Amino acid sequence: MSSAANVIPAVRFENVSRHFDQVRAVDNVSIEIRVGEFFSMLGPSGSGKTTCLRLIAGFEQPTSGKIYLHGTEVGNLPPYERDVNTVFQDYALFPHMTVADNVGYALMIKKVSAPERTRRINEALELVRLPQMANRKPSQLSGGQRQRIALARALVNRPRVLLLDEPLGALDLKLRQEMQIELKEIQKRVGITFVFVTHDQEEALTMSDRIAVFNAGKIEQVGSPAEIYEHPATAFVAGFVGASNLIRDELAQKLTGTASTFSIRPEKIRMMEPGATVPNGWAWVYGTVREVVYLGMFTRFIVTLENGGELTVVRQNLDETSMDVMSNQGRRVQLMWQRAFDRVVDAK
Amino acid sequence: MSALSPSRQPRSITSRLSTFFHNNPTLTLLLLLAAPLLWLGVIYLGSLGALLLQSFYRLDDFTGIVVREFTLDTYRQLFTQSNLDIVARTVAMAAAVTVACALLAFPISFYMARYASPAGKVAFFIAVTLPLWSSYLVRVYAWKLILAKEGVVGWIFGALGLQGVLDAVLAVPTIGGPSLSVSMYGTFFAFVYVWLPYMIIPTYTALERVPGSMLEASADLGARPVETFRRVILPLAMPGVIAGSIFTFSLTLGDYIIPGVLGNSAFFIGQVVLIQQGTAGNIPLAAAFTVVPMVIMFVYLWIAGRMGAFEAL
Repeated sequence: MSSAANVIPAVRFENVSRHFDQVRAVDNVSIEIRVGEFFSMLGPSGSGKTTCLRLIAGFEQPTSGKIYLHGTEVGNLPPYERDVNTVFQDYALFPHMTVADNVGYALMIKKVSAPERTRRINEALELVRLPQMANRKPSQLSGGQRQRIALARALVNRPRVLLLDEPLGALDLKLRQEMQIELKEIQKRVGITFVFVTHDQEEALTMSDRIAVFNAGKIEQVGSPAEIYEHPATAFVAGFVGASNLIRDELAQKLTGTASTFSIRPEKIRMMEPGATVPNGWAWVYGTVREVVYLGMFTRFIVTLENGGELTVVRQNLDETSMDVMSNQGRRVQLMWQRAFDRVVDAK
Repeated sequence: MSALSPSRQPRSITSRLSTFFHNNPTLTLLLLLAAPLLWLGVIYLGSLGALLLQSFYRLDDFTGIVVREFTLDTYRQLFTQSNLDIVARTVAMAAAVTVACALLAFPISFYMARYASPAGKVAFFIAVTLPLWSSYLVRVYAWKLILAKEGVVGWIFGALGLQGVLDAVLAVPTIGGPSLSVSMYGTFFAFVYVWLPYMIIPTYTALERVPGSMLEASADLGARPVETFRRVILPLAMPGVIAGSIFTFSLTLGDYIIPGVLGNSAFFIGQVVLIQQGTAGNIPLAAAFTVVPMVIMFVYLWIAGRMGAFEAL
């Protein structure tokens, strides 16, 4: 990563805050988004991720701090002076224009010649695989098609940074999963820096090169999907990205010998018959299965521990039928996991 | 179904009626629409038809009786120079009033739709509709006083030492006159004032429906505010402005009170209709005169449609 330090980042926030009256929507955030990466801002609603995106686009001005785009401070530069484009959550397609006019809007504003414009509109429509839609009105398109047109419109100008504000939020699950893969492919093909805002952790994990996890206007952690998942820095990250068991205080003391809060992923815990031999470097605890939730591909067990507290365990349904897993209800079990998989997290 | 029916409770008349209507939506719709459709058909279209028919009759000048035979004589009479002058004057006034209303209404509506707080919007609605709560006649006469030679406006001009300007404005031929209230200016101001709410409300409604993200998208794609206004806001607000202009334009075309109270006694269509069918008893000519604004409105809407005013609907 030392070589990356010499490269000027696509987007840089230096102690940026954005306050709305008393609300600190973005609170002293510093980030660097690298050129050409797929960067996700992940967090619950109201965590400041969308405001960050709007600060990059220029729809909001920072209350304090500095924002740089490719090394140039953009300060109070209006949106039309910035080399970034946005895919809006509601797509914001112009209803009185055809698809072609929507996609070509930025080119028309730039006074690109008509033949060149047509060529680039077609190229952009080709990119999102909707070349035959040029003469339709947005109202004649499905949600997924509108989404693609919004993407084509934002890409037609080849901006250096593309901002995406929960662009898949309105699509159904199947379409969303398709679009996730397609977006990632398009990003690789065009090589533009993508800044993607989402509250869906699976989406962020699927597509991103790096993820920033937002909470209450601050960034909790920045890292690759694997880092975020496997080494959550804080209790919030552990709980928000994937499911996690958080163990605190006395129970942590009993299980690990120290009272610091730690997290363990449900899929890392093994559920055994009581009295199983525990290898070196494993933690173990006894409990009773309180609840069995059959989820098709896997089953979730909620186990009440004899030392107090609960742990959630997830087990793939490899050799068991739904009847088999259901029969675990109320059974006394021994839970164990490799200590290498539990993580001490910032407990706040 | 039949296996289930014996176990069912006996059902009340209302319950069975509800089910019947639920299962026959077309019939329900017809029943619901019967009264308003009859009203529209008989009162509106029927009277329009009668009007159209009347305009093809003629008045016998000697007997003063309407001759109920098809003739184009009345229309021939309509197209005399003096009558065409009245039509041209009325249309010009209606167009000027509409343009002025649109220019005044747009910024107000834009501010209210985009920037006002919810409480501000309520205050705005009350302020805009407040004049409609009082009598139209009172307000028109109020304007007569305001614009009179000894009225407030004249006094202000005098106090500011601008009497010369006022005199020059009033000296303009055909639209000028001895004072503002006895000139076309007075007619114009009163029209703009009374019809303005009818322009503001539809314009506001159209602007209110434009999502903020659409304006952001335009800026994001490189458009300066002026371009965003021209290419996004204006086209999207156009159906509202057109709706408003239908009110201001057609209300001005048909009005006979304002030009009677304020003006230089040059006739407008509405006044002629009133005179022809009242004192003159020439119902066919009155009808023919009434057809004129209708034709003008049709042409106007057709042109507006061709120019794409309704594309954002």
